[in-house]
Amino acid sequence: MTEPLIVCDRLCVELGGAKVLDGLSLSVHEGDFLAVLGPNGGGKTTLLKVILGLLKPTSGTVTVFGKEPGHAAGRIGYVPQRLDFDRSFPISAMEVVLMGRLSRKKLLQRYGREDRRKALKALETTGLAALAGRRIGALSGGELQRVLIARALAGEPELLLLDEPTASVDPEMKTTIYDLLDQLRKQHTIVLVTHDTGTIGRHVSRIACLNCTLDMREPGSTLGRAALEKLYHFPVDVVEHRETQTPHRHA
Amino acid sequence: MWSSIAKRKRPTAMPDILHFEFMRNAFLAAILSSVACGIIGAYVVVRRLGFISGGIAHTAFGGIGLSYYLGLNPLAGIIPFSLAAAIGIGLLSRKAKIAEDTAIGAFWAAGMSIGVILIGLTPGYAPNLFSYLFGNILTVPDSDLQLIMGLDCLIIAMVWLFDKEFLAISFDEEYARISGLKTMALDLLMLCLIALTVVIMVRVVGIVMVIALLTIPAAVARSFSRSLYGMMALGTLFASLFSIAGLWLSWVFDLASGATIIVVAALVFLLNALFGAGKSCRTAC
Repeated sequence: MTEPLIVCDRLCVELGGAKVLDGLSLSVHEGDFLAVLGPNGGGKTTLLKVILGLLKPTSGTVTVFGKEPGHAAGRIGYVPQRLDFDRSFPISAMEVVLMGRLSRKKLLQRYGREDRRKALKALETTGLAALAGRRIGALSGGELQRVLIARALAGEPELLLLDEPTASVDPEMKTTIYDLLDQLRKQHTIVLVTHDTGTIGRHVSRIACLNCTLDMREPGSTLGRAALEKLYHFPVDVVEHRETQTPHRHA
Repeated sequence: MWSSIAKRKRPTAMPDILHFEFMRNAFLAAILSSVACGIIGAYVVVRRLGFISGGIAHTAFGGIGLSYYLGLNPLAGIIPFSLAAAIGIGLLSRKAKIAEDTAIGAFWAAGMSIGVILIGLTPGYAPNLFSYLFGNILTVPDSDLQLIMGLDCLIIAMVWLFDKEFLAISFDEEYARISGLKTMALDLLMLCLIALTVVIMVRVVGIVMVIALLTIPAAVARSFSRSLYGMMALGTLFASLFSIAGLWLSWVFDLASGATIIVVAALVFLLNALFGAGKSCRTAC
């Protein structure tokens, strides 16, 4: 077994005095497609922010690619949840995607032909090459979401972190995005955060249910709900799928 | 009667006003300062830094007071004060978890107060005070033109060097941070560039009206631009047009030049906003 890409060990995070994550342990291995499900306010976005190094854990440890979070910029592609960008910002889809190359460039180094080529390739992967020159204000929600996925891909990451990629798109676009992820999982390890329990089970390899805490260290080790609740004093569900033959439903 | 004829004749003879050296300097100052406010104004508008720019400008009044007290060129006081305000407000609001508008308000009023106290302590009458509050583009000496040109070059060089970084923190600061950029340092650098722009603009429109020229040309330019750099170029063009038109009108109707420039800009802004609102209403219907 290779070294896991992400290891969280008894992670606690407090925001403004309230515990958002409490004793969370989790590991993500190369080739995983992990969906983190949970209610709003359950700490899903917080978990991603800790992995990205934007938030410091109150206690517990996190390692990403064997290092502290925030030191693996070029190896992680991040697709944020918020689509509430200033739509009047004068910027084209291509320029947004080029931003994905930032972590590969030095300070003061300009984007070159290689960067443009990779950005265009990422736009092709997400099916948006035709819209490269379009101002983001003229894109639909689903198109903007795919621009953000293209931005994450442009940096050629090994690990993709997606925060609610289907939250603000219509059902048809949702399928398109899941199909895209099915294609991307061949080359990328993916961690996806969502409250969309409907179709997700058909696509992913593992599901973790997060409501302030969860425990899912090694693949195959399914922990009982009773044991966990006893351990962490929080209601928690843990479900693991190593194969994807059966659609997963959970209440 | 003669004076009314003279007044009527003036508008038809535009190049006439360029016979005076002070008018030539005024037009040069207007165009040179438009470069800075077009470029930096684009960042101010897309990042919504208008209020922070106002804070930096008003804090700079303390610098004017200090220069009077020490008997120096006012610009010698404005530059350090506005840079200190930029870094101070930036650090307080971003590091010390103080709400940004609180930090801005504190600096804004404290800077003005220091200025008032120091001017009060200076013996004699402070004759040019009014011109720093409301600008006096008609008294720009050659040395100030050179300084404005130097600051323009510095601003262009910095924006050219840091263009991808500034674009990234303007569009999506969180993503810039994840990508390994030192967003805090870049943010402070941008605030310092705003401070230098304020220094330039104080000459033209004065401390009180700096915000208008930092925001209006760029805001009007945004509705016609496809990229941030297009917005900068167009913003520079609009700022030049506003200042030249304002300057000319102030000459023709004998009005305060800085204020006329702002009124021209505000009118165009209003028309653009109304037209834009009308257009979006039509497409929505």
